[in-house]
Amino acid sequence: MSTETPLAPPRPSRPADTRKRVKAPLHPGWWIGSAIVGLTLLNIGNVVVRSPNLDWSVVGEYFLSTDVLLGLLRTVELTAIAMALGIAGGMLLAVMQLSPVPVVSWAAKSYVWFVRGTPLLVHILFWYNLAALVPAVAIEIPFGPTLFEANTNDLITPLLAAVIALSLNEAAYMAEVVRGGLLSVDPGQREAAKALGMTHRQTLRRVVVPQALRVVIPPTGNQVISMLKASALVSVTSTPELLYSVQVIYNNNFKTIPLLVVASAWYLVVTSLLYVVQHYLERRYSRGDRRG
Amino acid sequence: MAETVLSLRDIHKSFGGQEVLRGIDLDVTEGEVVCLLGPSGSGKSTLLRTINHLEPPDGGAVFLRDELIGYREANGKLVELTDRVLARQRAKFGMVFQGFNLFPHLSALENVVEAPVLVKREDPEQARARARELLASVGLADRADAYPRHLSGGQQQRVAIARALAMSPAVLLFDEPTSALDPELVGEVLEVMRRLAARGMTMLVVTHEIGFAKDVADRVVFLDGGVVVEQGTAAEVLANPRRRRTREFLTHVR
Repeated sequence: MSTETPLAPPRPSRPADTRKRVKAPLHPGWWIGSAIVGLTLLNIGNVVVRSPNLDWSVVGEYFLSTDVLLGLLRTVELTAIAMALGIAGGMLLAVMQLSPVPVVSWAAKSYVWFVRGTPLLVHILFWYNLAALVPAVAIEIPFGPTLFEANTNDLITPLLAAVIALSLNEAAYMAEVVRGGLLSVDPGQREAAKALGMTHRQTLRRVVVPQALRVVIPPTGNQVISMLKASALVSVTSTPELLYSVQVIYNNNFKTIPLLVVASAWYLVVTSLLYVVQHYLERRYSRGDRRG
Repeated sequence: MAETVLSLRDIHKSFGGQEVLRGIDLDVTEGEVVCLLGPSGSGKSTLLRTINHLEPPDGGAVFLRDELIGYREANGKLVELTDRVLARQRAKFGMVFQGFNLFPHLSALENVVEAPVLVKREDPEQARARARELLASVGLADRADAYPRHLSGGQQQRVAIARALAMSPAVLLFDEPTSALDPELVGEVLEVMRRLAARGMTMLVVTHEIGFAKDVADRVVFLDGGVVVEQGTAAEVLANPRRRRTREFLTHVR
């Protein structure tokens, strides 16, 4: 027996060719998983392509039809208007929530709580049926002449009801987004701006908002995409947006599935465009924050 | 005798029932460098922040030359000034913060240019030229286009000093300007401050850098418990403190 114990095991001899590439063996799960996914896709593809009920020629026929395009236009309009009003309302509510006046912040918080706690579909139906609660609207000077009077049903068209419901709903969600953005800006930034002699408004415009935007833009992009899809809900009030437009068509020709495919394809086209815009905006507003 | 630039009279400030400043008087003359020393919680940072009304004092008055800062007198009472007037007054002070507080979405040059153009309505081209000079004077001529996150702490603080100088302030306020810096970066910031002092800048410096106070300060003010415990030249206060409280503090920081 040797008196000396070797401290390290003997070195393995070098492989003959050190340039050989390492290849990891494929796990059996790789094969099983791929097989399941592949078979599922094949089956779906078979139905989609070969089923007589999904008539692709009908999809092609209606994809660019006037009614569908008008519906698409209305959907984009609804989304844009409701989003613009929602962002404005959200900013107002966010500033109100951060107000030092308790009544003001309480009112804003209650609004957000109420709207986020009730379904959008209910809001749409409520505004559509507003006449059942308030039959007529009037603006009058107390004990004086009536300046304006109108029947609620004439005043609140289905389209206006849709815009009101979507905007008021969106404002509550945007309030949270904007509030988060404003709170994300380090308090030292406001102090530095103040110390340099900036007024409250200058501080907000030049220091706080540009930094808050970076935080606000990604969730706002998601809100726009959600809004585009949520606008389909207003089809329940016979507002001729994209979904309702195809519903009208398939109620006549019973080509339900191909027309739903038409609507879905258009929603996908628009959301995809929105993703591109969102990506561009995010890059633009991350100035000073890029690593490297 | 040099003219008095800044006067604090009987400054009081409380936070939630706790009195942080309990009647502070201080006069600073033109070109003087005053270092405020004291243990944490002694109120020295709060005092600095009452000067440009970032913290409104509860009692007492701050005067820049003859101008009352933050308030106006109406029927024997003090009323806080409007946002616009306050902003105009604050522009006369420069402030350098412990955490630098550079604007992260602007380059070093843009940080320096921002306030002169926005607040003083200076011509953007002239402001940029001046900003480049100021950045060069703090040794950052080649970093003008860098964003704050690509600058070291010492570099960021030097940009912050240039940003404060761009407003041509009557008084520069430093709130622990080197406390957030890695030890090897402290020297470059103190060096810039030394040169400012030598050029006759009126400076009020809250600091823990006893060495800087000893070399640069015309006067050292020792605060504890919201009052001025002792003040005098650096040699008097730092070498021969008369008060026990000052002696204790100095043995701990050295």
